[in-house]
Amino acid sequence: MSGEIPADLLYTKDHEWVRPGPSEVTVGITAFAVEQLGDVTLVNLDVKVGDTLTAGKAFGTIESVKTLSDLYAPVAGKVVRINGDLATHPELVNEDCYGKAWMIAIQPQDPKATSALLDPKAYAAHVQSA
Amino acid sequence: MIDSPPRRTSLYEEHVKLGARMVPFAGWEMPVQYTGIVDEHVTVRTAAGAFDVSHMGELRLRGDHASHVVDYLVTNDAKKLVDGQAMYTCACNESGTILDDLIVYRRSAIDWLVVCNASNRAKMSAHFARAAKDHCDFEDQSDATALIALQGPRAFDVLAAAGPEGAALSALKSFTFRDTTLAGVRCTVARTGYTGEDGVEIFCPWNDAPIVWRALFAAGQPIGIKAIGLGARDTLRLEPRLSLYGNDIDETTNPLEAGLAWVVKLDKGDFVGRDALQKIKSAPLARKLVGFEVTGRGIARHGYPLRDLAGSEVGICTSGSPAPTVGKNIGLGYLPSAMTAVGTTFFVDCRGKNVEAVVVPTPFYKRRAT
Repeated sequence: MSGEIPADLLYTKDHEWVRPGPSEVTVGITAFAVEQLGDVTLVNLDVKVGDTLTAGKAFGTIESVKTLSDLYAPVAGKVVRINGDLATHPELVNEDCYGKAWMIAIQPQDPKATSALLDPKAYAAHVQSA
Repeated sequence: MIDSPPRRTSLYEEHVKLGARMVPFAGWEMPVQYTGIVDEHVTVRTAAGAFDVSHMGELRLRGDHASHVVDYLVTNDAKKLVDGQAMYTCACNESGTILDDLIVYRRSAIDWLVVCNASNRAKMSAHFARAAKDHCDFEDQSDATALIALQGPRAFDVLAAAGPEGAALSALKSFTFRDTTLAGVRCTVARTGYTGEDGVEIFCPWNDAPIVWRALFAAGQPIGIKAIGLGARDTLRLEPRLSLYGNDIDETTNPLEAGLAWVVKLDKGDFVGRDALQKIKSAPLARKLVGFEVTGRGIARHGYPLRDLAGSEVGICTSGSPAPTVGKNIGLGYLPSAMTAVGTTFFVDCRGKNVEAVVVPTPFYKRRAT
């Protein structure tokens, strides 16, 4: 019941995915996280473009019918884009968590910051033990 | 409390087969969802859903004085019931706050069934046993009794498809019950529920529940019957504003402020809590449980503070959720009486964020008359 774990992404123990890019990384939540949440009804991204994020600090919340979870910045850096569609279409998270439901894009402070993240194999093992 | 492993109902294997996610609840391992809360919610509003509620408590009181004992412990007037009729009620303590909410069933003047919440079973079992002592026989039948709720506009179609005895149940009136046989299992079937929809609750011997459950699913398959977990049970009960013990009502709340005055019959004769409730009723209520809609961006949750528009904490949210049928984020909460008029605006403190909400009429949802 681990859900899909795309091979080209990196992961956090909080069940977020990170797509590394040349100058920025995009961030979302994994299929495992979505499965745990159930029907997502509200995504609150409490940051704006230009904000500086600290790794591990909350940048928003995601709520399903039953529960609320914090969203944590996987790396430190500057917010360069925010997915505004999620404010009005939280169901995108259930439909396409690795695509249309990306949440924010961060320009990492340290370009090597992503090396601290889990590779797909390590994340799969983490999900197994969850 | 002793930390013992959660118990399983006799339907545990059925839940696992249906892909349920099991969670601990009131000492039991229960299904919280199968296909998803919204899908299950919609199924009950449009077709039929089956719930395993075997964890609930069944107390039996028998003997010449059973009627008197039951009536003395509940706030509603049990003397008004006829054989085969059931009634929703509260049971209060001497200070007029709520020990539990119950359905009491009069099988006959000398044979009563009381169904209590799973979380209150030990307390209510002891409470009824104490009152019954020297007056009537008391038996806690919870461990021997399974309970399946079948709810939804097509619940009676499912029963009809299950056989002639099932078909005959459509003659039951709301809040009445009868003994019958379903799939060869002797059952007691009541036209009651906790969803705001039409439907029944089926009591049967503990180990026979899988037979009844599988028969309902076989009969209901063409109708689209689904299993419904605790998650949807909560959203389904919130829309018609049915109280949840431990959330909206408990031993710190009284039925009058909780909007349950309709089950408090002060003139019915003596009962536990009457003097206190009489006194509470003689003065204006300090606070009331109201329904509200969150108009800002947020979802109210149990335990969130409620604030007036100046930001002062004035109340508490007791239940809150997105409401799939209503299509809004709704909730229940206690507010000072002066703030309970429909249209009053206030804030729900969603983890430090003040989100606007407005008092609305309840129930949030009422099914269309059939």
